[in-house]
Amino acid sequence: MRFSPAEAMALALSQFMGLGRKYGVEWWILVAGALVVLAIVFMALFSGVIAPFSPYDQSAGPQLAPPGGKHLMGTDNLQRDVWSRIIYGSQTILRVAVLAAIISSFFGIILGLISGFSGGIFDRILSLIMDSVYSFPGLILAIAFAAMLGPGVINITLAVAVIYIPTYFRLVRGQTLSIKEELYVEAARAIGASGSTILWQYIFPNVIATTVVVFTLNVADAIMIEAALTYLGLGLPPIIVDWGMDLAMGKKFLPSGQWWLITFPGAMISLLALGFTMLGEGLAEILNPRLLER
Amino acid sequence: MKTILEIEDLTVHFPINIGTVRAVEGVNLTMEQGEVMGLVGESGCGKSTLGFSILRLLRPPGNIVSGRILYHGQDIVQMSERELLSLRGSKIAMIFQDPLTSLNPLFRIDDQFIETLLTHEKAMDRDGAFGRAERMLESLGISPERLLEYPHQMSGGMRQRIMIGMGLILNPDLLIADEPTTSLDVIVEAQFLDLLNDLRKQYGLTILLITHNLGVVAQLADRIAVMYGGTIAEVGQAGAIFESPLHPYTRGLLASIPNIKLDQLKLTTMPGSPPDLVNPPSGCVFHPRCPRAMEVCRHERPEGYSKDGRLVTCWLYG
Repeated sequence: MRFSPAEAMALALSQFMGLGRKYGVEWWILVAGALVVLAIVFMALFSGVIAPFSPYDQSAGPQLAPPGGKHLMGTDNLQRDVWSRIIYGSQTILRVAVLAAIISSFFGIILGLISGFSGGIFDRILSLIMDSVYSFPGLILAIAFAAMLGPGVINITLAVAVIYIPTYFRLVRGQTLSIKEELYVEAARAIGASGSTILWQYIFPNVIATTVVVFTLNVADAIMIEAALTYLGLGLPPIIVDWGMDLAMGKKFLPSGQWWLITFPGAMISLLALGFTMLGEGLAEILNPRLLER
Repeated sequence: MKTILEIEDLTVHFPINIGTVRAVEGVNLTMEQGEVMGLVGESGCGKSTLGFSILRLLRPPGNIVSGRILYHGQDIVQMSERELLSLRGSKIAMIFQDPLTSLNPLFRIDDQFIETLLTHEKAMDRDGAFGRAERMLESLGISPERLLEYPHQMSGGMRQRIMIGMGLILNPDLLIADEPTTSLDVIVEAQFLDLLNDLRKQYGLTILLITHNLGVVAQLADRIAVMYGGTIAEVGQAGAIFESPLHPYTRGLLASIPNIKLDQLKLTTMPGSPPDLVNPPSGCVFHPRCPRAMEVCRHERPEGYSKDGRLVTCWLYG
């Protein structure tokens, strides 16, 4: 069967609405979250095209001009265009947050699988380390790591990544412990499956589904931590365009009435974190098979 | 007849914090090619532990303390991990009690068959493996189209048949079935036992049928081994044991099967409870419950004595 583009669009739309009816409000939360995230990802990918000015351009307009006219979000004390800085700033925060979540999920999942599967003294020591990392408040630990590593995109990414490794570790280790006791794993052993076959064919696929949701929620959390670190001046050198740093610089001007310097970066940080949270919550509800049976 | 499996003086212990569980204590058992051996006993008598020992699949802290398990003359107890991997599945297979959770829920049936075949047979390709799986399903009485389904799309009886198919796809000659029908209802159980009987003839299988259900054993087994407290109480031809049990435990066990033809007001039971395997009774493990216990039973462990072509571990026949 062949469809004209219009028919294909109509079909896709009806499928889309159908999913909305099937899953209810969770589906719309997921869609809203995905739209916010996609919009900001688009912003980061095509910054050069969208931004009217360079984020470093110190002659973009008058000093501290309010929003409107040529400057959608006004200008700052160094005559830079706030909207352009917002657009370029999305690159930094997304890169750090997503990369940190990828790094921490990679190490957390691998270590959790091995620890849960092998057990013994290795498992005990690793669990002890992970639990002690987990017991620190995330931000405090990130500050300590960031201070230790010094400024830089890679360093702040690592500092943020470290605090989330225990989250994945605990989740994956627990799942591994319960799945390795399942009868189908025993049955696989009885027909001659090796340890690595059991780990990768039986345990890993069963574990990975649960980490997807944690991943998106972690990105949301990592965004807040990244912004907090750079706001405190710990994360990045000032040459890098970043929402958290703009927030810190803008706060000096709030008492004198230049609200746009702090409002827009702050709103963007909240919006991006909200987008990922909604994406994660929506996924959590939809991927949960018990809820599918409604 | 050729001997396929010889268990010699096998002892399996589970060291735990309150002592050592003597799950299997000095068991001797021989299986001939092509026979069905029913291994019966109460819960906790060590019958499953014995089954798991044969494949060296004991969960820690369980370990084989002493003894030999000779499979075609090769000692399984001495085998390396690598040798065990090629033994499991392709020479000895095991199926379990609960078919509902015995298959990986995330993969289709065909993938599970193909994966098993490809890991064990290097010369096999995907198409060949798929064909083998199709033929296996046919012999199990399941339409081959169902290979493309996931385990949750099948009924319990069907999953149990798939399970046994997975066990047999590599052509093992010994099948250990650990309570294979416990979670099935009686109709499906009867069908499954018929199937097992067919497969046994078709593939020349030797089966160790572990169960507490004497009805299942009566239907299928050629010989019966009765276990009590980690030891073998009695081994012999199924018919002979049902007709005239020698060991007092076997007698008690058979007497406690309700008989619909007799006008009984009360069910016959055996007094006492199974022994504590951490601190087993001295002498014969059965003596505290034995109606015919003698002085010697309290102090010395009986050996296996031959009587009417049977092996009985009881001082009455010593």
